[in-house]
Amino acid sequence: MFPELNNLLNTTPDRVEQGKLTLLCDAKTDGSFLVHHFLSFYLKANCKVCFVALIQSFTHYNIVGQKLGVSLTTARERGQLMFLEGLKSSVDVFFRAEEKPHPLQFLREANAGNLQPLYEFVREALQPVDQGETAWRCPVLLVDNLSVLLSLGVGAVAVLDFIHYCRAAVCCELQGNMVVLAHDSGDAEDEENDILLNGLSHQSHLILRAEGLATGFCRDVHGQLRVLWRRPPQPTAQRDRSLTYQYKIQDKSVSFFAKGLSPAVL
Amino acid sequence: MAAVGPCGTGTGSTGSVAAAASKNNVTSFQRRGPRASSSDSGGSRLVSIAGTRPSVRNGQLLVSTGLPALDQLLGGGLAVGTVLLIEEDKYNIYSPLLFKYFLAEGIINGHNLLVASAKEDPEKILQELPAPLLDDNCKKEFDEEIYNDKTPESNIKMKIAWRYQLLPKMEQAGPVSSSRFGHYYDVSKKMPQELIEASNWHGFFLPEKISSTLNIEPCSLTHGYIKLLQFIQKIIYEEGFDGSNPQKKQKNILRIGIQNLGSPLWGDDICCTENCDNSHNLTKFLYILRGLLRTSLSACIITMPTHLIQNKAIIARITNLSDTVVHLESFIGSERETNPLYKDYHGLIHIRQIPRLNNLICDVSDVKDLAFKLKRKLFTIEWVQDNYLRQERNIYPPGFSYLLKQKDSAWGEGSLQHSTFLMSFLAKATAFASRLVRHSEPLKQTGRGRIRHAAGPRLWHDGRRQEAPGLLAIPS
Repeated sequence: MFPELNNLLNTTPDRVEQGKLTLLCDAKTDGSFLVHHFLSFYLKANCKVCFVALIQSFTHYNIVGQKLGVSLTTARERGQLMFLEGLKSSVDVFFRAEEKPHPLQFLREANAGNLQPLYEFVREALQPVDQGETAWRCPVLLVDNLSVLLSLGVGAVAVLDFIHYCRAAVCCELQGNMVVLAHDSGDAEDEENDILLNGLSHQSHLILRAEGLATGFCRDVHGQLRVLWRRPPQPTAQRDRSLTYQYKIQDKSVSFFAKGLSPAVL
Repeated sequence: MAAVGPCGTGTGSTGSVAAAASKNNVTSFQRRGPRASSSDSGGSRLVSIAGTRPSVRNGQLLVSTGLPALDQLLGGGLAVGTVLLIEEDKYNIYSPLLFKYFLAEGIINGHNLLVASAKEDPEKILQELPAPLLDDNCKKEFDEEIYNDKTPESNIKMKIAWRYQLLPKMEQAGPVSSSRFGHYYDVSKKMPQELIEASNWHGFFLPEKISSTLNIEPCSLTHGYIKLLQFIQKIIYEEGFDGSNPQKKQKNILRIGIQNLGSPLWGDDICCTENCDNSHNLTKFLYILRGLLRTSLSACIITMPTHLIQNKAIIARITNLSDTVVHLESFIGSERETNPLYKDYHGLIHIRQIPRLNNLICDVSDVKDLAFKLKRKLFTIEWVQDNYLRQERNIYPPGFSYLLKQKDSAWGEGSLQHSTFLMSFLAKATAFASRLVRHSEPLKQTGRGRIRHAAGPRLWHDGRRQEAPGLLAIPS
């Protein structure tokens, strides 16, 4: 959790908005720091988190999480975190034919039809249980990242369907939140990815877009973050505030500053 | 030429001893070995594996790519459990070298190898690995033998002492000394046969594997990819490279090399048409391969003819699914071949992607403009800027080249910052020059204005110019 990003978004772990879909998007850079932010944010906010991690291993997220002040292993033991490790399960799914359908069953299928098993996994994971002892706050679904699903042969429409179902279940029914990451392929002309990204942008309430600098690599500025609120226009002067920031990723945090005001420049 | 023969065999014999019995070769240079091993054993228990070291940044175990210069650019080496993707150069001349370096490094360190190809027999690939340049142990022994033959006893000690004095300097010259991690290879010589025979390797030659059964279940992958994945999985589980099963034997690294992945020989059609039905075959293969690697003590190098892939979107997806991506761009057939700036090089090397492992940030090297050169024996990577500076030194004002070197590594050449900086520096330089003129005026009674002095000795010796005060020395 990066406190500076919380300030920009005007949130704290104490008061979490509910029923929102947040789209994280990265173009020409790596936006995974945003995933780490939201993962630690919601774990600290005592939400029940279902994390579909398709791109990295559990140890990676755990070690980075520890740097940000949360332990994924304890969260998983306490039942707060449901972790689906895509890389590990892909091997299991591919090499061992199991009877019961796996959430990533589509890896075995010749033409991957739908993501229904994955949706059912999410729904089951976030279903409130009447244990009484530990009541988590609102459920949260986190996906890193949706573009991988396209690479694994799932069509863009199927992914959008999956997101729609999840929204209906998580955001509306359970009054929870969703955070998904998708790559912006930029000039690679990836049509499916563009369909996916446009569809997601259309549905989401908040878009955080991390972009590499147009001028190329820089040691002191790693990229810029654009914040786009999709909500009814506010009458106050808040609207014309610039919502583009530059950032620098440090070992355990990310510092944000206004465009061109990097401490290294001044 | 007579000297080359015995040197080669000498390299082979000591090298194989080193590979087989790792640490107990009896040379006069025992000093370095124990020190290195003791510092290593202080780390995690995994470091008992030869040819690995833990990363300073993220604690991951690293193996060398077989090219110490490339190791440095990738943040110390290739992390175990990750994929290194080499995007081949257009005529596939230089990328096989990197492939062979990676395998040769595995043989020297006694790692297990898995070589997969659809084009060449893996055994043939292994036969053509380059010979290692083990600069300390074997050569010294060889040299000492010569001295033993020729010189009287009294002189030997002096000679040896003289060589000892030279030695540390030679080791410091290289970025990574030839101790345990990263070796240099001589591409003009073949790897000694004994070393290859001593190594433990598995070959996957697609035409041999694909011959028999074609009646498999309709699955989501191309047949060749399935076979390869099953083969890799079998090796990893049978030989105990996966971390889950406790290993009885000494832990070791599996180095996987896959040649020309994605080419039509693998049965993939992404190189042939832009809109093929099974365009996600390759990405799916990479994903499952990555899943296999992440749970095992293995590292993988893949060379891929990305220039053949018609659909740019697939290349972007492949990059996202690999860990480290290095692109080779050779000058053969391009207009850069005739560009004087690049006349000393054979191509450019682009580091496209560095993985983020256990960390928010990755080890991005500050140096961006890298070129490679294939010398007679060595494949070297250099900073183009050095050559650039050598050429431009006469154009830019003094001092500018130094500043450029400082700044330009972060600013791409031709970028906005670069040109802005150049303009501002030139403005400053002009101001500085005019200040010089002012300062030189009070000195005119001595006749030693710095500007006129700089203007050239011919004008200075001209008597009339000397008597015209206040004038900048401009020949009429």
